[in-house]
Amino acid sequence: MSNDQPLWTDVCALEDIPRRGARVVKTQSGCVALFRSVDDGVFALDDRCPHKGGPLSQGIVHDRSVTCPLHNWVFSLETGEAKGADTGIVQTYPAEVRAGRVHLDLRRLAAKVA
Amino acid sequence: MSQSTPKKRLVIIGNGMAPGRMLDHLFGEEPDAFDVTIFNAEPRVNYDRIMLSPVLSGEKRYEDIIIHNDDWYTDHGITLHRGKRVEKIDRAAKRVTALDGTTADYDALVIATGSSPFIIPVPGHDLPGVLTYRDLDDVEQMLKIAEGGGHAVVIGGGLLGLEAAAGLKMQGMEVTVVHLAPTLMERQLDEAAGHLLKQELLRRGINVMTGANTKEILGTEEVGGVRLEDGTVIPARMVCMAVGIRPSAGLAKEAGLDVERGIVVDDNMRTSDPSIFALGECAQHRGQCYGLVAPLYEMAKVVAAQLCRRCDQSYGGSVTATKLKVTGVDLYSAGDFAEGEGREEIVFRDAAKGVYKRLVLEDNRIVGAVMYGDTGDGPWFFQQLKDKADISDMRDTLIFGPAFAGGAALDPMAAVAALPDEMEICGCNGVCKGQITGAIVKKGLSSVDDVRAHTKASASCGTCTGLVEQLLAMTLGDAFDASAVKPVCGCTDFGHDEVRRVIVAQELKSMQAVMQALEWKTSCGCAKCRPALNYYLLCAWPGEYVDDGQSRFINERVHANIQKDGTYSVVPRMWGGMTTAAELRAIADVVDKYQIPTVKCTGGSRIDMLGVKKEDLPSVWADLNAAGLVSGHAYAKGLRTVKSCVGTDWCRFGTQDSTGLAVKLEKFLWGSWTPHKVKLGVSGCPRNCAEATCKDIGVVCVDSGYEIHFAGAAGMHVKGTEVLCTVGTEEEAIEYIGALMQMYREQAWYLDRLYKWADKVGLDYIRDTLMNDGDARRGYFDRFVYSQQFMQTDPWAERAAGKDAHEFTALEPALRLEVV
Repeated sequence: MSNDQPLWTDVCALEDIPRRGARVVKTQSGCVALFRSVDDGVFALDDRCPHKGGPLSQGIVHDRSVTCPLHNWVFSLETGEAKGADTGIVQTYPAEVRAGRVHLDLRRLAAKVA
Repeated sequence: MSQSTPKKRLVIIGNGMAPGRMLDHLFGEEPDAFDVTIFNAEPRVNYDRIMLSPVLSGEKRYEDIIIHNDDWYTDHGITLHRGKRVEKIDRAAKRVTALDGTTADYDALVIATGSSPFIIPVPGHDLPGVLTYRDLDDVEQMLKIAEGGGHAVVIGGGLLGLEAAAGLKMQGMEVTVVHLAPTLMERQLDEAAGHLLKQELLRRGINVMTGANTKEILGTEEVGGVRLEDGTVIPARMVCMAVGIRPSAGLAKEAGLDVERGIVVDDNMRTSDPSIFALGECAQHRGQCYGLVAPLYEMAKVVAAQLCRRCDQSYGGSVTATKLKVTGVDLYSAGDFAEGEGREEIVFRDAAKGVYKRLVLEDNRIVGAVMYGDTGDGPWFFQQLKDKADISDMRDTLIFGPAFAGGAALDPMAAVAALPDEMEICGCNGVCKGQITGAIVKKGLSSVDDVRAHTKASASCGTCTGLVEQLLAMTLGDAFDASAVKPVCGCTDFGHDEVRRVIVAQELKSMQAVMQALEWKTSCGCAKCRPALNYYLLCAWPGEYVDDGQSRFINERVHANIQKDGTYSVVPRMWGGMTTAAELRAIADVVDKYQIPTVKCTGGSRIDMLGVKKEDLPSVWADLNAAGLVSGHAYAKGLRTVKSCVGTDWCRFGTQDSTGLAVKLEKFLWGSWTPHKVKLGVSGCPRNCAEATCKDIGVVCVDSGYEIHFAGAAGMHVKGTEVLCTVGTEEEAIEYIGALMQMYREQAWYLDRLYKWADKVGLDYIRDTLMNDGDARRGYFDRFVYSQQFMQTDPWAERAAGKDAHEFTALEPALRLEVV
């Protein structure tokens, strides 16, 4: 198996994440926020705003964006990029929903650790 | 692939506002020409030093005044050596060396070491507690000492000294300003304006002693007081010296550069060594050193142009204008106002209004301007001064400013249109007219908020907001309508009033229904409109609409305050400020058990436990609930506290049972959601110990009954209350207050404090409705009472019992993250 192959890992049920909400996955190198959009898209991002380190998982989710709870910066859940006039980017990780279960790419998360 | 030319090495000593601005210009023109290395003696990124005063007064935080954050340095590949002081410049080798041995080689060097505060070498000047007012460390030290209250002496009645004094006063200290000259700010103000300023400071409870010479600072271990030449002793826990600054030019001098008072530079900002520039407060140009931001920014532009090998820009010196950044004191001064032969003056004085304006003329040109109380025209006068404009034609009406100058009333828009592009609009952030109009056109900006986001103009103190609006109007023409309904947010074209009206009129009972009916442009709104809609629906349909947690800000979703590090603070309710030994014991036990790092009293006389981990919240609440404590809603856009004094129970002066009424009011009002936070105070007599007259709603007990106040605030804006009415009984007081609450709940825009709503609808309308229309009053009161039956459940108990459990536990699928 090549090292570029994703290594999908079951994390939780889709229902464990509230719609327009988030849950946190603790990893050895920091928290990853799992977001669920209104149309049941699931997105994984570092749980840390590049501005002041705000926990993005605690923000308000709208469309496919989240607003940081500390100073209202808005980030795209799809690209991790700051919207509006702000600039900055949040690391994103591959996430997929299969048969009602949320899967994360373990290899990419491992790269975060490395 | 072509070989790119190697980047030149630019080294900057100092990381203040001037070099920051210089780099902005440089990166704007040639982003890739230089490898930039900065040495900064302060361990920080670049912040807005002129906003230190709002930080000291508590109106802003350090985070709010950062100009360039960490990302900016990273994005531009800048090597920033924090906390490293350069001690040597080797001009032959073109290398600088810091105290710790770090070196950097340069092709071009910019010295921007700024200035250091002057310390009068009187006995005792080196005691702990003697501070200067120069950087954030000073402010932090001052804030720390101010926490303990007591007396502070500020030596120096100039711009900085007065800002320090006002800030310390706002932090609760007793403050005395000691000033050597006979009037305050004598370099910027004439006697008359200095006198008005002194009166204003005295009114604010700041003592001012002019013509006072400091002889000695008293104390052995630390500061105890100040002795003046005439023998007067002023007690002090802190002495702040703000008597002037001197350019920091020692390093340049040792390197053999020409140094007089500051580092001597030519019109290109080059020192006696052509590959070295000096910039900012450390530089001396044509015999002048500058300590204000506008000239430093002009210099920054020139250095950037020189580095880009453009010689079309040179520095010709600056005429400076000064504004005192003390909230509520309007003072503006520009140019030279000394009396002299051939000089005339025009003075306008309105003692009753506290307005004073004086223009000094020479050869029909303005050479000096002083304004106090009404400074709106200051920048216009300043521009006339800088342009050396001939004012003979408009002399008769000149003092009334651009609206009238020239005889007939001028269209203010025409006045703004006539301003040159270089005219500085926002002094705080150094943004000129051309940059604003350019950004409006290029980026398609359409609102003041847009302009703020993109140019930072009017983003600091905000006094130029009106000018920015006029620039928008001028640039956009008919496309800009300041009076047009302001949409709730970008998701809709409808304003708050219209949305509220339609929710009730069309009986819309869900967020989706509102978004459908009003043709929302996004699928599920945004972080601005969702909380607003959630509140509007909750208020319109009590008992029917189901609250949407995902449309609430995190504080209200988890019923605790998020702190800057992602932990939470927990505040139990203390009815009317009363507590018991059992409650205090329970709080102490919780603090121990969950190792809560900080416990403090809030401004509303309650106990705040700070630094609670999110996952601990439900068990913290369960323990507090067990002792009978419930959520204080300290985070809520809802009823927060009812502060009280001890009233007739204990006080010699109390006229009514203020504590009892406060407890009744809090038990009646708690749990209600409101457009913004609501705080009450009940004082037992007009001595007003509960500070009821700066609350959203206040009661001042008097012999004949209860004086009900409203529309006060002590937040970003400090506002005294207005009197609603005086009633004879507690029952009446409760009815009027309940009705007022409901009126505010039903009418205000989300996130408008009660006073803002009152300003919008008019105080008389509110008084008239509540006082003269008994049916209306009872209607509001009844609707409030009805709504409360659904509201008064303790959110902590619900969550301790398991509601929204997903909020408080992380997913722990035991991810094995070893690389596979």
